[in-house]
Amino acid sequence: MIKLGEAELAKYPFLADAGQHLPEYGFTLEQLAQDPDLAVVREKAFNRIYTTTQTGKIYKPSPKGSTALPLEVLSFILAIVLLKQSRANFLIKKFAMQEARGAERFLERDLGQGTTDIQIETTRKIIWDLAHIEISKRDRYFVIAVPDYLHRAVLFHAREWKLINRQVKDGWVYLNPHETVRLIRQELVNYISDKISSAATPPVVSGLQDMVDKLILLNSKFQPQIAYSDKNPPCVQHAIDTLSDGKNLSHAGRFMLATYLLSRGYNVKEIAPYFKNAPDYNESITLYQLNHLAGKSGNNTQYACQSCAKLKSANLCYATSECEGIHNPMQFGVKR
Amino acid sequence: MNSVDEEFISQCLRKYYYEYFGIIDIPSKLNRHEFGYQKPNSPMIRHIQLQDAAELRSTLMQELPLDVFLSSARYLFPSLPMAEKEWQDADLIFDIDAKDLNLECRPSHTVQICATCGKVNNKGCACDSPQIKDVSVTCDRCINASKKEVKKLLDILYDDIGIKESQTEVYFSGNDGFHIHVHDLKFLNLNSLERSELVDYVMCNGILPERLGMKREGATSLPQLTDAGWPGRFARHMFGSKTARPKEIKKITADGYARFTDTLKRLSHTLGACIDSGVTTDVHRIFRMPGTINGKSGMTKMACPDIAKFNPYKDAVLINDNKVTVNALCPIPFKLMNKKFGPYNNKDVDIPSYAAMYLMCKGLAHRV
Ligand code: SF4
Ligand SMILES: [Zn+2]
Repeated sequence: MIKLGEAELAKYPFLADAGQHLPEYGFTLEQLAQDPDLAVVREKAFNRIYTTTQTGKIYKPSPKGSTALPLEVLSFILAIVLLKQSRANFLIKKFAMQEARGAERFLERDLGQGTTDIQIETTRKIIWDLAHIEISKRDRYFVIAVPDYLHRAVLFHAREWKLINRQVKDGWVYLNPHETVRLIRQELVNYISDKISSAATPPVVSGLQDMVDKLILLNSKFQPQIAYSDKNPPCVQHAIDTLSDGKNLSHAGRFMLATYLLSRGYNVKEIAPYFKNAPDYNESITLYQLNHLAGKSGNNTQYACQSCAKLKSANLCYATSECEGIHNPMQFGVKR
Repeated sequence: MNSVDEEFISQCLRKYYYEYFGIIDIPSKLNRHEFGYQKPNSPMIRHIQLQDAAELRSTLMQELPLDVFLSSARYLFPSLPMAEKEWQDADLIFDIDAKDLNLECRPSHTVQICATCGKVNNKGCACDSPQIKDVSVTCDRCINASKKEVKKLLDILYDDIGIKESQTEVYFSGNDGFHIHVHDLKFLNLNSLERSELVDYVMCNGILPERLGMKREGATSLPQLTDAGWPGRFARHMFGSKTARPKEIKKITADGYARFTDTLKRLSHTLGACIDSGVTTDVHRIFRMPGTINGKSGMTKMACPDIAKFNPYKDAVLINDNKVTVNALCPIPFKLMNKKFGPYNNKDVDIPSYAAMYLMCKGLAHRV
């Protein structure tokens, strides 16, 4: 692994070793999660995930030098922490793909416009780290060895990628910067995905829980219903049982049940009947409240399902062994 | 081949493997390869793992096989069924065979043999549905044409693909062509799909007009004679000389894209190396072992470092020259060891063992 400068790390933050990097910058995860001065990192980390996974846009790092903090790397590291804690597999996949697309643009530009030897050397080394291929510059082109080319190009179907349609000389295939980067696209995605999946999931620290809950909710929108076991988490099942017995359920309990079901993709009309047996049932009030939670009225934000920690403190948790290791009822029954 | 023939051939083989065992190319990891062999009138025996040269020698001396094969691939478990062998890597092999070159001389030295009754050129064959087999005898034109293809192939492999001469071995196949074995480590782990890209490259299959600077909107930058790779080869062939180039370019431009595409197809055929693509892409195949006898001719598959000077009909004839009497039916004359034999019209002749073996392997003679 090469030592990269701040500018490189801002463009390719996934090359930083997440675990080792935080202490290197003199931060602990607790500080990142709680320090008011680092709110900008938290916001950026969340936005990073939000932009890449929700808008389909490629995340653009802000121009360097705007702050004393290594904002891009820190926000990337924190984004991974958040994704790991929310176990949001769909978001992780999308995130890795979009981060790879972003890196692709930088690589292409650095190859094409790299003027100093150091710039080109750095890019060369980055490509080596990512794909284990040796590239070097020949005039306007970059060259890669015939076998290295074949291993990747056979997966492309356009005739332009056939070896016969390439400039080949002395065992080298000549490519422009765009083609060079295109050739290793899949490896870039794999590299970032591997980086995320191999990162340790740090213990939950307070200060991040709200963001994690939001990510779980976002993730659930991608997740087909089928991916869940049809079993409800114990807390939710307890609430359903309470209501169907005609017993009273606390306001917090109703809030939990409704946000859970909404997050699972049920609509308001499907959820309302759960509350029919409640002693104080009133259809229009129930619908009004549910619409509010679903973000269909007023402030337009859907309420996320609360974390287990919050539910525990509200005495709504009825944990069983199946709850082991989860931080939010939405994670219940999701295969790890 | 009858049992008397078999006995004669076994004698020749015993003598051959006793005297010439040393010229067999034994790979350094012999025990990682799959070994196989075939005796006359017997099924092929394969999926054998040999530990070392001594075991190879004793197998050859004991079994006296007419054909001896070794996989181009190395496996973890060479003797297990194909699916369980665990492929490691494989030499890169190209096969050039005169019968694939569409040569005009071909019919003039080819006879048809009925595979059932063994009758030649239909004479006296009364089989219901004769299975006709083409059998060719020696031809210098065929050999020279094959050598030309080898040269084309090697130029492409050395100049474009970057394979080193020191990593390449050219063998006479023992019958009608040449095998080129590449040992360059960088290429050994290519899979079948990747090898087929190399095949298309050396055969010049699928080249786009755009690669040569021809666009639908018109010719933009047709290649120079000095260009590397395919553009240079095309330029040298199409333009002939630097001075003729401008005139030719004018013509090409006037003729347009579609005509150029046709020309390209035709030229690809001429300029590309004519190889058997199936051989190169099959990474599980067993190949005749260099230094062993080719059962289709009795000649040796042998290395020819200087292919221009190589004369297969002399240099690869290593069976002894003791005279034997055979009944020969070979309507076409052939040449071995610079001596002319035949034509033979179903008559008993006294000829050297190598010629007798040659005819027997081709199904054109029997021991009397
Ligand atoms: S651990 Fe979480 S999911 Fe399980 S019962 Fe408690 S709150 Fe519900
Ligand atoms: Zn011929």
